[in-house]
Amino acid sequence: MRIGLFVPCYIDAFFPEVGIATLELLERFGYDVVYPRAQTCCGQPMANSGFNADCADTEALFVRNFSGFDYIVAPSGSCVQHVRDNFDAIEQTDDVKRVRARTFEIVEFLHDIVKPDAFPWARFPHRIGLHNSCGTLRRLKHAAPSELREAPFSKPMDLLSKVAGIEFVVPARPDECCGFGGTFSVFEEVVSTKMGYDKVSDHARAGAEYIVSADTSCLMHQQGCAERIGVPLKFIHIAQILNGASA
Amino acid sequence: MSNGKVLHPELLAPDDRDSIYRRGRRLDHAGGASQPLRASTLEKQPRGAKVHGNRPIDQAEAAARFIAAPEHEKMHDERLWDLRQKRDRQMHGIPEWEELRALASAIKEHTLTHLDDYLEEFETNARANGTHVHWARDAADHNRIVHDILRDHGARTLIKSKSMLTEECGFRAYMAAAGIEVIETDLGERIQQLDNEDPSHVVVPAVHKLRTDVAEVFARTIGTDPDNSDVHYLAESERESNRPLILAADAGMTGANFAVAETGTFVVCTNEGNADLSANVPKLHIASIGIEKVIPHLEHLAVFVRLLSRSALGSPITQYTSHFRGPREGGEMHIVLVDNGRSERLGLEEFWTSLKCIRCGACMNTCPVYRRSGGLSYGATYSGPIGLIIDPTFNARKYSNLPFSSTLNGSCSNVCPVKINIHEQIYAWRRELVKQHETPFVKKAAMKAAGELLSHPAAYRAAIATADFALAHLPRFVIYNGLNAWGKHREVPHPPKQTFHSWHQSNRGEKT
Repeated sequence: MRIGLFVPCYIDAFFPEVGIATLELLERFGYDVVYPRAQTCCGQPMANSGFNADCADTEALFVRNFSGFDYIVAPSGSCVQHVRDNFDAIEQTDDVKRVRARTFEIVEFLHDIVKPDAFPWARFPHRIGLHNSCGTLRRLKHAAPSELREAPFSKPMDLLSKVAGIEFVVPARPDECCGFGGTFSVFEEVVSTKMGYDKVSDHARAGAEYIVSADTSCLMHQQGCAERIGVPLKFIHIAQILNGASA
Repeated sequence: MSNGKVLHPELLAPDDRDSIYRRGRRLDHAGGASQPLRASTLEKQPRGAKVHGNRPIDQAEAAARFIAAPEHEKMHDERLWDLRQKRDRQMHGIPEWEELRALASAIKEHTLTHLDDYLEEFETNARANGTHVHWARDAADHNRIVHDILRDHGARTLIKSKSMLTEECGFRAYMAAAGIEVIETDLGERIQQLDNEDPSHVVVPAVHKLRTDVAEVFARTIGTDPDNSDVHYLAESERESNRPLILAADAGMTGANFAVAETGTFVVCTNEGNADLSANVPKLHIASIGIEKVIPHLEHLAVFVRLLSRSALGSPITQYTSHFRGPREGGEMHIVLVDNGRSERLGLEEFWTSLKCIRCGACMNTCPVYRRSGGLSYGATYSGPIGLIIDPTFNARKYSNLPFSSTLNGSCSNVCPVKINIHEQIYAWRRELVKQHETPFVKKAAMKAAGELLSHPAAYRAAIATADFALAHLPRFVIYNGLNAWGKHREVPHPPKQTFHSWHQSNRGEKT
C-alpha cells in the first residue's frame, strides 16, 4: 500500500518532529510512505478567510502531488478536514474527488484502517490531558462531542490506551475550543489568546503534565499562550507518543 | 424608594442571606439558578461596540475591552457555561433528544417551504377568532402600524414583554420620538431599557451586567440604594417601581414564540409571567410576530416546547407557556405579521435555514467567543453565532466583519435545537462577503499573494528555506494585517534546526 505523506506548511517549518513521527509510525506498520517534495499547503488560510478563488491553484497543485496514492495521511486534523470538506475551488473531477476522499488524519487512519492491537515500542509515563481539536472532534468525528446525545467513543483515547504508562487527566471543559481558529488567531487575537489561557489553565488545574492533540496548530497556539502566562505545561502530538517518544 | 412601601420588606436587608434561604432551597428556575457572583471591587461595566453609521462593526475591538474587564468577563463566561451545562443535563434526561431535534428541524423546513400557505391559514383562523391581523413589510411599516393602532385608541403608555423583533425594528426609539412611553416588563429587558442599552442576549438580555452594575443603574433611574446590590432587593425594587406603571398602562404588547396556523393562536413563553401582564392588564393587546414563527398544527408545538427552555436555560419548561386565542370581552387584539427581510432571506440558497431559529440562545451560551466577548460587542440586534449568520442579511457592509468573529468550532450547530448548520453558514458568509467585495483591500492583496506563493513550490521553498526565515516571513500569508498579532499575547514557536523538508532530504533522500 502506497501512502502519500502530507506535511502541512507550519509543521514543515516549525514542528518537523511531528512529520518525522508520522512518517516513522507509518513505516513501522510496513507501509510504503512517499513524501511528494513539491507539496506546499492545503490552502486553508485563504479559504478560511473567505478567499476561495485564490485557493484554486494551490488545490490543483495538491491534487497533482497526491493523486495515485492509496491514501494520503497527514498529522493535522484541520488540514485534512479542509481537504475533505471544503476543497471546491477547482472542478470536481474524479481525480479530485478521489484525493479528497482518500485523505486521512493520522489518528483516524490508524484507528479505522490500520487497526493496530498494540504499540509495543511506545511507553509514556506521564499525566496527559487530551485536546480534541474542533475539526477532529466535530468534523472528522474522532470522538463523541459533549453537545450531542450519543454513545461515548474516542478514537484517540482508544489508541493512547494501548500505550503503556499513560495517566489520563480530564479538564473541566474538555470540548471547549482553545481559540486557535486559523486566521481567527490573528484577526481576533485578544479573544483567541484569552481562550488559550483558559484552556491551558484548565488542563493545568486538572494536573496534566502534557497536552496531547492530533492538531499541531492548536498545540502551537496553546504552547505560545502557556509560555506567555507561565503555565508549566508541555505539548506533544499524538503521533509522537504512538511512535515511542519518551518525553 | 429606600423607605417607601414595599410588598416584601424582609427582602430589603442586604446581608440577611438567611432570609433568602429561610424556607428551604433557593428558587431554582431558569436564570435564578445561575450562580451569583459577588464583585470584590467596583469594576466599570465595559460598553459595547462603537457604531459609526454604516461602517463595519469592529467586534474584536469591543471584545478586547470586555476581556480587559476581568470580573465581567469571568462572570459572563461562567454564568453562560453554567447554562450550557444545565442544557446538557436536560438533554441526557431525554432519550429521544436527537430525534426531537430532527423532528423540530423537519417541521420548520416544511413550514418555511410552504410559508405562504401557512401564513394565510393563520391569518384566516386568527380573524375568525376575532383578532385583527396586519401585515408589515419592514420595520418602518411595523412601527407605523402599531403607532396607528395606539393612536386610534388614544394610548399614551405601552407595556411590553421582551421581543427581539421589536429590537430589530428600533421600536422603542420610534415610540419615544412619537411621544409614547414604552415600559419593558421583563426584568432584564427593563434593566437594559433603564440603562439605555440594547439587550446583549436573546434570552437573558442583561447577562453581561454584574449585580453591582444593576445597582448603579437602578440607583440612577429608580432611586435605589447605590450600595445595595443584593439581587432580591434589586428585583423587588424594580417590581415596586414597575408594577404601578403596568397597572396604569393604556396598551400591552407581546411578541410570540410560535404562531399556530390551524388555530390562529399564538404562544408566548416567559419565566416571569410578564407577557401575561402585558397582554391581560390593558384592554388592548398588540402582538408583533415574525412571519417565520408560524407552525402548522398544535401538535407540533409540543416538539418545540420540549426543546425551547431545555436548550435555552436548561430548565424543562418555561414557568409560563401562554396561549392567546383572541380578544377578551370588551378588549381588542391585534397581530402584526412582520417580514423585515425574512422573505429575502428565504430566497438565499445557503442561508435560508437560519429562519428555523427559535431564539433559544443555546448557540450563544455555548460559543466560547461570545462568552468572552459579551453580546454588545457585536453591535447588532442579534449577537453570537446566530447573529453572525443573520446580521449580514440586514446590512452586509456594517456586519461584514462579524462572520470572522468565530473559530468555526461547530459547538453552536451541535446545540441548536432545530439543527441549523450555523458554523457552516458562518464559513459560507465569509465566502459570500468576499464575493460581494465587503473585505478590506489589504486582506485581499495578501490572500492573492498567498495563493500565488502556495501554488509555486520553488518560490514557496525559497520563502521558507529555513525555519528562522519562515518565522520571519510565514506570517505574511497567515497574517494579513501587517501587525504581529500573533506575538502580542502569546509566544511565537521555537524555530527548529531544520524543516521537515530538509530532514527528509537528508534521511530519506533516495525516496521521492
